[in-house]
Amino acid sequence: MLTRRRFTTTSLATAAAASLPTLAARADSKPLRIGFSIAQSGGLAAGGKAGLLAIEIWRDEVNAKGGVLGRQVELVAYDDQSNAASAPALYSKLIDIDHVDILLSPYGTNVAGPTLPIAKERGRLLIGMFVIGLNAKANYDRYFSMGPWGPDPQLTYRAFFDLAHQNGLKKLAILAADAEFQQSAAEGGRRSAKELGIEIAFDQRYPANTTDFSGLLQSLQAVEPDIVYVCSYPTESAAIVRGIDEVGLPSSVQLFGGGMVGIQNASLLESLGKQLNGIVNYDTFSIDPKQMHPGGQEFLDAYAKKAAAAKVDPLGHFLPPYWYSTGQVIQAAVEATGGTDDKTLAAWLHANEIQTILGPIRFGANGEWAENRVLMDQYRDVAPHDVEQFRKPGKVVVVAPEKYRTGDLIKPFDKAHS
Amino acid sequence: MVTTHLLVSALISGLLLGAFYAAIASGLALVFGVLEIPNLAHPAVVVAAAMLVHTLNGWGFDPIVAGLLLSPFFFVAGVLFYSLYRFTFEMRGAPDPLRSFSLFFGMAFLIEVALILAYGVDFQSVEAPYIGRALSLGWVRIPYRMLASFVGGTLLLSALHLFLTHSMTGRAIRAAGTDQEALRMLGISPVRIRQFAFGLSLATAALAGALLIVIGPVTPSADRIYIGRAFAVVVLAGMGSISGTYLSGMILGLAETLVLTLLGASWATAVSFALVLAVLAVRPSGLFGRLR
Repeated sequence: MLTRRRFTTTSLATAAAASLPTLAARADSKPLRIGFSIAQSGGLAAGGKAGLLAIEIWRDEVNAKGGVLGRQVELVAYDDQSNAASAPALYSKLIDIDHVDILLSPYGTNVAGPTLPIAKERGRLLIGMFVIGLNAKANYDRYFSMGPWGPDPQLTYRAFFDLAHQNGLKKLAILAADAEFQQSAAEGGRRSAKELGIEIAFDQRYPANTTDFSGLLQSLQAVEPDIVYVCSYPTESAAIVRGIDEVGLPSSVQLFGGGMVGIQNASLLESLGKQLNGIVNYDTFSIDPKQMHPGGQEFLDAYAKKAAAAKVDPLGHFLPPYWYSTGQVIQAAVEATGGTDDKTLAAWLHANEIQTILGPIRFGANGEWAENRVLMDQYRDVAPHDVEQFRKPGKVVVVAPEKYRTGDLIKPFDKAHS
Repeated sequence: MVTTHLLVSALISGLLLGAFYAAIASGLALVFGVLEIPNLAHPAVVVAAAMLVHTLNGWGFDPIVAGLLLSPFFFVAGVLFYSLYRFTFEMRGAPDPLRSFSLFFGMAFLIEVALILAYGVDFQSVEAPYIGRALSLGWVRIPYRMLASFVGGTLLLSALHLFLTHSMTGRAIRAAGTDQEALRMLGISPVRIRQFAFGLSLATAALAGALLIVIGPVTPSADRIYIGRAFAVVVLAGMGSISGTYLSGMILGLAETLVLTLLGASWATAVSFALVLAVLAVRPSGLFGRLR
């Protein structure tokens, strides 16, 4: 099996640390080793490569300032090829051979699945990297999730339904990929609809990687829904967005989107361009000045400088801030507790709020964020073939939740789309 | 509830998808079906072609024209690769199938990594006047990008079928899979014919790659989506039958979309592959293959 191992102490960072006399003595202690597998090939590689770059930026910054408790940070990262079967062996190695101090889960819920039982069996603290509901059944008290899904991961896209309810929308069509995560999100949509008195008029699954949605989108004409809730993966998201222009939507549609994975990615933002206008879809980070937290813009600037050479998402607005913030969470916990004891770190993380570039984070009892902070963005006045337009606020407007809103919903969909 | 509208849409989608599956499987039908070389890397070559089509599209070429322009280069690459394969495998006696599988699996991975290094891991797409628009036929609307793929796939398979059945070289390729001695007696080198056939299979991959990226954005790992279906189409058709490959692509495409509409998404892929198993149980040579 081809795996890639990265021991990543940089000479630049070491030299910088050594130049600080007070820290240099402490830097003699063994490095702080953070271990994880992360997709560098396979279907999750787009997120994996961008995520690795982001946490490397955090590592370099921290090491340049003398490290964590005077210990230089090392990332021990393996390519899991987006393959869940590789995770058990890699995580046993990280624990037993590499003796890492802190464990991060792989990126991607499916790949991360096998790692929680391993961490639990060894009593190790595990930070879930943008995975959803990993701890739902295990209830492991040393698991912490770096994702804004909130305490009930099934209700990840709840803000979409609250927005529909606030706008008096009553008739729902659901279009969801036949895959575990998307079906969980669809079920969350059904729960929200029931709770808010929204009628489910159309509920259709489709196979993952479907490329032609013309039939399904045309069948909405007979249903005439107000709301179309879509839970899709990137290939399907692109096909659905194209399908809107190809076959059209009923004029009854006011709100379209919700849980479309992938269109937050710069390559799809650029290629889909104006076809995105009017869609309201989830997001995890906003560059609007009202939403920006200390260090956020500096991170994006540092990321942008390296992204082109690394051939990853040039914007870094979706996943990378979470990887950088994970470093901030680790640093805060290790410095506060004075070490890397798993039990002590877990207790501290449960009890304290941590300041990150994502804003303050507090973990709930099940290790998920105490508050659901998934944003619903509406795409507006997007021009074709211009990724740079997304570096400034205005094209992606947060319309829900109310607390984070930066603009009002434009409806109906036809008006916003045109 | 299944409406007439949904059912008609499913039939059309199935046919459009089927021609695309057949286009991806056509090269495999040549090398696996005729030459019995298990080229697991074929879908990865298709993805590589799609990425190169993306590059040429950026220079102003229509994606399908770009696929046609690339096909001679892919042909040459196929000829060269077969020479290497022959030297390392076939000249050392009958190739061990497991070793061949390992080689092509490794090739697929190498191609994916090379594409990641060259293009990054993000989606790549193309622009063309027919992408994002649809043909209206009464109340049915058919996306031109799917129609382009259907027409492209149908023309590719038709041309390949005519070439294999009506030209001397084509007949020699079919003979190379069954009776190499007979070829030698006619003064034809089986090695050259197999080289040509391997080159031809990669040339079809260039066109299939163009159709793939016309349908939707592509990532370097997209081959993993199509590898199972490509082999299923070839096996269902019966090894080596190009017309059978086209019809099998249609059957698989229709089975997927009709099962999706009538039974639900969870059954779509499972029933399609169960169909392949059922056909093989009744007719081991495939639907359109000759018994050997």
